[in-house]
Amino acid sequence: MTDRAPLLSVECLTTVFEAPSGSVPAVDDVSFEIHHGETLGLVGESGSGKSVTALSIMRLVQPPGRISAGRIRFKGRDLLELSERDMHRVRGTDIALIFQEPMTALNPVFTIGDQLRETLLVHGRATRSDVQAQTVALLEAVRIPDAASRIRDYPHQLSGGMRQRVLIAMGLACHPSLVIADEPTTALDVTIQAEILDLLREKKALLGLSLLLITHDLGVIAGTADRVAVMYGGRIVEAGPVRDVFRRPQHPYTRGLLASMPGGSPGQRLRAIEGSVPRPGALPPGCAFNPRCPDRFDLCTSAPPADYRVGEDHTAKCFLHDNATTPDSRTPSTADARR
Amino acid sequence: MPVVEVSHLSKHFVRNAGLLQAGTLVKAVDDVSFTIDAGETFGLVGESGSGKTTTGRCVLRLIEPTSGSVRFRGEDVLGFSRRRMREVRREMQIVFQDPYSSLNPRMRARQIVEEPLVIHRLGNSTERKTRVAELFELVGLDTAHLSRYPHEFSGGQRQRIGLARALALNPTFLVLDEPVSALDVSVQAQVINLLVDLQQKFTLTYLFIAHDLRLVEHICTRVAVMYLGKIVEMGPTASLFATPQHPYTRALLSAIPVPDPDAPRERIVLDASLINRNAALREIAAGHFAAI
Repeated sequence: MTDRAPLLSVECLTTVFEAPSGSVPAVDDVSFEIHHGETLGLVGESGSGKSVTALSIMRLVQPPGRISAGRIRFKGRDLLELSERDMHRVRGTDIALIFQEPMTALNPVFTIGDQLRETLLVHGRATRSDVQAQTVALLEAVRIPDAASRIRDYPHQLSGGMRQRVLIAMGLACHPSLVIADEPTTALDVTIQAEILDLLREKKALLGLSLLLITHDLGVIAGTADRVAVMYGGRIVEAGPVRDVFRRPQHPYTRGLLASMPGGSPGQRLRAIEGSVPRPGALPPGCAFNPRCPDRFDLCTSAPPADYRVGEDHTAKCFLHDNATTPDSRTPSTADARR
Repeated sequence: MPVVEVSHLSKHFVRNAGLLQAGTLVKAVDDVSFTIDAGETFGLVGESGSGKTTTGRCVLRLIEPTSGSVRFRGEDVLGFSRRRMREVRREMQIVFQDPYSSLNPRMRARQIVEEPLVIHRLGNSTERKTRVAELFELVGLDTAHLSRYPHEFSGGQRQRIGLARALALNPTFLVLDEPVSALDVSVQAQVINLLVDLQQKFTLTYLFIAHDLRLVEHICTRVAVMYLGKIVEMGPTASLFATPQHPYTRALLSAIPVPDPDAPRERIVLDASLINRNAALREIAAGHFAAI
């Protein structure tokens, strides 16, 4: 780990959604750091809070959602204390967000050239006279063939992969120091996904960016991220260097996810995790994973576990790592695990 | 004898035909042939637009093919009358990709599972009730939830409902069109295990349509790779994954994200100029064909 202060440090972030029944935390006491030039993979399933984390960093959570606690330090400033006007300047110029669905993130009634020109002009990155050349250069930088004529295309005229490239071009237009990519390849075919990931890796190295890569695919994380944080039920349940987490997963959820993936021995039964992903607002008491956990014991339903250090820069929120309990002192919980 | 024999199957669509504009012909499925043996899981892989879903639907005649033939247990499916087709559909069922949109939100789970029995006039209401409960248990659902609506179930449970419905008529052949791709990662393995268990229990034959190659490698006995409407490579799963021959298959396999940070990543980028679109499939190893 570097001695320099992290580029982004999220501290005890809690984002809640107000429902008639009360506030439902979608992101619950989440903390992580991203250092200069680092890629952090944020992995989780639907409803785990990973996208809300991204929106919270950008302060784009819409009502009834709101950030209820925490600090988001970016380049020494707390983003949550900025005025809306200052925050507006941070978005796009300092932090760019690349969305999952390139078709909905682009405006269908303007050409991609119009949309890129607007980005450049709004942020003062180009003048009227050189905006055309800069737009073409941006598209060329994300390897869109025949960029000069492509700028006249509307989003629907491009393939999914090309649209995602346009969004990346837009994200990079203002030279941000942090790019947040929320499932940037989920809607794409596997060969196009590989091209987009290559492009992100290349741009990251070339421009010295930091990247927060949000995905549900552990395969994407393994090949792209330096560190990984695993989210479940709105909390980060395990975080550490990618190699360490994949080689020695310390939270039963991470272990289960890795073990359930096909790829070992064809024809054999997969090692499935029982039960289903809890919905926000309907989390079980204690550790959110406890109803599905094969290692559950009495403590797990009592209170949410804290972070336990399980290795160099590697933490897991699991009472198995609590030195106060020894394997003998744990009473296996007997309730039905398949809730 | 194979359960399903597809030969020279084609499906062409006309796109953008307007009042003053001739349409362009899209060959969604272009001269596709394969056979599926009893008890086998035959994988059909390819990217979006490759024609794999259209092929699956043509096999069940949910879409009428433009030309070619589909034989089910030796009989010509495309020559069947409406009435005969309806009888045969009891034997051939489909499970759709999206358990969110493929179940009627206004019907209770038990009605959804019972509907095929009603349509085919099987049993009286008491018998049907017993059968629905039996199917619920078969796919691992709680019979206490029979009266719930689809939105009250999780994605994995919804896919189990879709499966219970498909199994209601005791089919022998199932088309599984991306059956787990809409599900959460931690739930996919449950549904895959269930599919494998059911196949063994009832000696089912599967046509498994998917884009997730890791999954295909895991459960399919044989695989066909589709590219722009054609099968470009086909063979036993182990042979095809170990020694892919077609440039497209090579590119596709090398693009699979491996959940291992130390795995070698040598990606093969598809060079379209290497593909001879007119090449016919030829056997390059036992049962392993490639269009090169």
